[in-house]
Amino acid sequence: MDGKVLGQRVPRLEDPGLLLGKGRYTDDVRLPGTANAAFVRSPFPHAILKSIDKNAAMDVEGVIAVYDFSDLRPHMTQDKLPVEFPSGVPNAENAGPAILVKDETMYAGECVAIVIAETRHIAEDAAALVFGEWEPLPAAGDCKEALEPDAPSAHRDTNNNLMMEMVQEYGDVDNVFSSAPHTFREEIWQHRGTAHPIECRGAVGRYDPVSDQITLWSSTQMPNLAQSYIIRVLGLHENQVRVITPDVGGGFGPKFLFYSEELVVALAAKLVGRPVKWAEDRREHFLAAVQERDQYWEAEIALSNDGLVLGVRGHVIHDHGAYTAQGITLPYNAASTIPGPYKVPNYRMKQSLVFTNKVPCAPVRGASHPQGTYVMERLMDRAAKELGVDRAELRDRNMIRGTEMPYKKPLKTRAGVNIEYDSGDFPKAMKMALDGCDYYGFKDRQRNSRADGRFSGIGLSLGVKGTGRGPFEMATVRIGPSGKISVYTGAAPMGQSTRTMMAQVVAEHLGGDMQNVEVVAGDTQPIPMGMGGFGSRQAITAGSSAHIAAKEVRKKALKVAAHMLETSEEDLEIRGIEIFVRGTDMKVSLGQVANAVAGTPGYALPGGVEPGMESTQRFLTDPLAYCYSAHCCEVEVDPETGGVEFKRYVIVHDSGNLMNPMIVEGQIQGGAAHGVGNALFEWMAYDKEAQPLTTNFGEYLLPTAPEMPGFDVSFLESPSPLNPLGVKGVGEGSTVPVAAAVCSAIENALEPFGVHISEAPITPQRIVELIASANPV
Amino acid sequence: MKPPPFSYHDPRSVDDAVSLLSTLENTKVLAGGQSLMPMLNMRYVMPDHIVDLNKIENLSYIKKETDALEIGAMTRQRDLEFSDIVKENCPIMHEALQWVGHRQTRNRGTLGGSLAHLDPAAEMPAVCAISDAVVRVKGPNGEREIPFAEFPAGYMTPSVEMDEIVTSVRVPCWQKGHGFAFVEFARRHGDFAIVSSGALLELDAEGRIVRSAITVGGVGAAPMRITEVEEAISGQIGSEDVFKEACEVCRGIEAMGDVYASTEYRQHLAAVMSRRALVKAYDRALGGDN
Amino acid sequence: MGETRNISVTINGKTYQEEVEVRFHLADFIRQQLGLTGTHLGCEHGVCGACTILLNGESARSCLLLAVQADGQEILTIEGIAPSEDELHPLQEAFRDNHGLQCGFCTPGMLTTLLEFLKDNPDPTEEEVRIAISGNLCRCTGYQGIVAAALDAAERLRNQNVNQIQ
Repeated sequence: MDGKVLGQRVPRLEDPGLLLGKGRYTDDVRLPGTANAAFVRSPFPHAILKSIDKNAAMDVEGVIAVYDFSDLRPHMTQDKLPVEFPSGVPNAENAGPAILVKDETMYAGECVAIVIAETRHIAEDAAALVFGEWEPLPAAGDCKEALEPDAPSAHRDTNNNLMMEMVQEYGDVDNVFSSAPHTFREEIWQHRGTAHPIECRGAVGRYDPVSDQITLWSSTQMPNLAQSYIIRVLGLHENQVRVITPDVGGGFGPKFLFYSEELVVALAAKLVGRPVKWAEDRREHFLAAVQERDQYWEAEIALSNDGLVLGVRGHVIHDHGAYTAQGITLPYNAASTIPGPYKVPNYRMKQSLVFTNKVPCAPVRGASHPQGTYVMERLMDRAAKELGVDRAELRDRNMIRGTEMPYKKPLKTRAGVNIEYDSGDFPKAMKMALDGCDYYGFKDRQRNSRADGRFSGIGLSLGVKGTGRGPFEMATVRIGPSGKISVYTGAAPMGQSTRTMMAQVVAEHLGGDMQNVEVVAGDTQPIPMGMGGFGSRQAITAGSSAHIAAKEVRKKALKVAAHMLETSEEDLEIRGIEIFVRGTDMKVSLGQVANAVAGTPGYALPGGVEPGMESTQRFLTDPLAYCYSAHCCEVEVDPETGGVEFKRYVIVHDSGNLMNPMIVEGQIQGGAAHGVGNALFEWMAYDKEAQPLTTNFGEYLLPTAPEMPGFDVSFLESPSPLNPLGVKGVGEGSTVPVAAAVCSAIENALEPFGVHISEAPITPQRIVELIASANPV
Repeated sequence: MKPPPFSYHDPRSVDDAVSLLSTLENTKVLAGGQSLMPMLNMRYVMPDHIVDLNKIENLSYIKKETDALEIGAMTRQRDLEFSDIVKENCPIMHEALQWVGHRQTRNRGTLGGSLAHLDPAAEMPAVCAISDAVVRVKGPNGEREIPFAEFPAGYMTPSVEMDEIVTSVRVPCWQKGHGFAFVEFARRHGDFAIVSSGALLELDAEGRIVRSAITVGGVGAAPMRITEVEEAISGQIGSEDVFKEACEVCRGIEAMGDVYASTEYRQHLAAVMSRRALVKAYDRALGGDN
Repeated sequence: MGETRNISVTINGKTYQEEVEVRFHLADFIRQQLGLTGTHLGCEHGVCGACTILLNGESARSCLLLAVQADGQEILTIEGIAPSEDELHPLQEAFRDNHGLQCGFCTPGMLTTLLEFLKDNPDPTEEEVRIAISGNLCRCTGYQGIVAAALDAAERLRNQNVNQIQ
């Protein structure tokens, strides 16, 4: 991309404010008279709430109100939250998370009551004095054990924790396996924790009795959907609820969900007649923000004698958590990702979704694509080893070639759209990554390092991720009489530079001055429709809408300017905030042009145009644009401690055209860093009875700067034919292959010990244990 | 995650502090705050009174006496880290400080606070254990000295009475040219170690070990000396093999086990890290580079 | 209201006389009572580093200090780093130019930590920078832009000092 501003490394519009401390996050919203909320949370993973005594809490000085389920139910149309993406969910009407515990709690940390007080301190004091009479029940902990016949039920009214089964398949897989010359089987455990944006969740509710309107400020990735849920559960009219998303300190998935805390804060503000703020603390985030968790895989691969994949089949047991917060996307994504960049002619993957007494599972950056990729890449490494073929060579033999694009897979996305890779060249990207890491020279380096008693290894992986989930995200581009350009969008910024991206797109067509463009996002009042930020989608959906809208506005502005300057449109150019007759100093300002179509009472509009210098567009897209990321990394493993150190990490990424290479690099690096966390550090531990064990940052380890490799990022740019900008999403793609590449490298480093890795994350202790078990004394 | 209600006291002298401690019930002493404050915010502790030592003068100093360092209990880890006196006379403390938390926590954390908190994996108690430090505490009945060997009374429990405060620490120095090393294995830089190990060695002219001290931290309830290793290497010429054999005894230490690191893994790391500390310390003793 | 004290604190050059609850940590005092919301709370147990401020020039986690302990002290927060309303400090410029921030939530702690660090170590290596920010979590950048910004800022500040001397 080579525009004036589009495709350039322009500085971000967001930065000056954030760098000066002028960001406004949800907890920074300070309204006069605000009361502060704390939630009483269930201490048990599974228990019956027999009664609740709020008296001691109400007696604490400074406490304004304490509400439990029975207090709020009269104001609500239903007991539970709606299920997001309900299609295919059994009993979807009643499968959503509880708003407050009614009689049965199903995970530790679930909201039981809200305490509203003058300060958060007092609210916490009082929350400790809300006494529930609990009858603990046996809990379903590990999802694999929860499937056993005598396992405790996660829900007392069912005796089976198997929520549902799904199968994705094509071809004649069993037949292929019965005749294939080579088949290999792997059992794999994978775990991802929660996303942990550095800003936790938060909500501020305010009720205005004059307009009978609730306003909710929330740190959410989906303001418009949040508004619709409040309307639905509280039985209100669209005009009675406004949701505003101020600056968001990171989302990464778990804020793409409407939570009971948001609803309860909005309602409580109305009931107490004062603004109510809830700023989630980190412990609450550990307990109650959704996470991805455990998947137990059995997977088999069948190959021909020359190393061509004939088929893959298997089964995954997926921890679904206590409720269905957001559809059944995760295991579905994992299973549909497995064939990935390869030609897999026959395939079947069964998925068992299992209820446990843990917080619901819902997508975290990558949305189970990392797990699917991990399974396939582990199978590839295993097959390469068994067949005596180089790992890169075996992958290359099976990869879809660039000349075969677009390439249709015999699978559909969760939304029922065909999986068709729109553009790209997997073998080329992989080769570039291998060359960047000197893969073919590594054997010599490895030999030398082993001679020094160091164990280095190299690993590789390629992951594909569908991006730009439709159907649309609206954008309105408007030049006001001031000459300033406003862009309204349903996109939800949460740190991905959305404002800069939108301003670049619009400025490209309207004078090139990004400072003249203000992007309004995250407010349901001026923006009636919006889906928000998820699935690496906003550049494609909102960006394309803004692009088309800006072109429309440009056309109109030139038409009006031509009329005003008595020249033809072809002779005009927009520079900065003015429109010039090319090669002269004759001009009109954007403001004058906008004024001309703003209308003067009684006078005709110039040039016979429609009123208003604006355009609203909803670019429709159903098929996904597939980005992919080829990774090659070199690690050194200390077999005595199990410590892993990165020596280099090369990423070749293809997200089509690059709208701002600086921002895209930042997304790729950050996404890969998240993958490193999942590969080596992050583990949300629970005990057998489903009590969470890691509830602070000393126990749950996020990767820090010294452990992180410097990622060497370069790009292929295969434009997507699916949108006018030729772009693909960038938020998640680089997270996808990391755990696979890192474990491949560790296994390679530990080859002399015969260690085989079939788990992620892999911890130092596990590495030491694996070495010991492969080499019994 | 906000502190519970409490009364706040900021005495200006040790005597005032001690008198507050001996009259008030359910009190916590606040030094650098890098352990107590998180526990307060998380309400893991719910004291009625906080006695803040930060306003007491003359508790922050580093002095060189004839054969020991005298360090005030409120001396910040940062001041120890950047102290030339420490670096020159107690190089193992200087080295261990590189592993203590992060810049922001070392700016506030104190030596006395670290000892009183007594995390099993903390570096400063390990340095005191290896140096045979003597902890001075003051209570209503005056001052007493506690040899560090007797300082830990249990898991995160020093043998300091509720009405006593740590006032200073005497850290004996080893002679010039001794070998030292402080090594640890942690998941991330600045984390509490899974296992740490310190080693101090003095050699004779032939390179025979004439004096040694070895500790492991993060294994037992408090940092501990491994006297079996000290005895096993006494009089020996050091080598990787000698140290390796001697340190195997660490696999039999009674070790903590939890969800983050198993007993076996800690024992294994104790053997590995103590050997590495000894190898490094021995090399330095031979090189005589301090 | 629980037990309170009157304190006097100088923040970004301005002195505040305030009555504060003794159980308020410094971050809550700065954010809630004074309205200086540029300092962020990401964990309140001393790990994430987002609340880092400079206390008498030294970086400290403001969630691990009681507000009463700041009585008579000088504090610098992110709002006080820039030389003027519309001018960025070289460290801030380097963050902008090297994409050292995405969502901006960890930024106040990164800036204050690096401000102190670059004063102590004006010409650091990449590894030293990484260790310097090891007590600050960032979930967006993978730290790479931050490390690049810190190294760039070091150079800008060195040049600035040379220019000032000349």
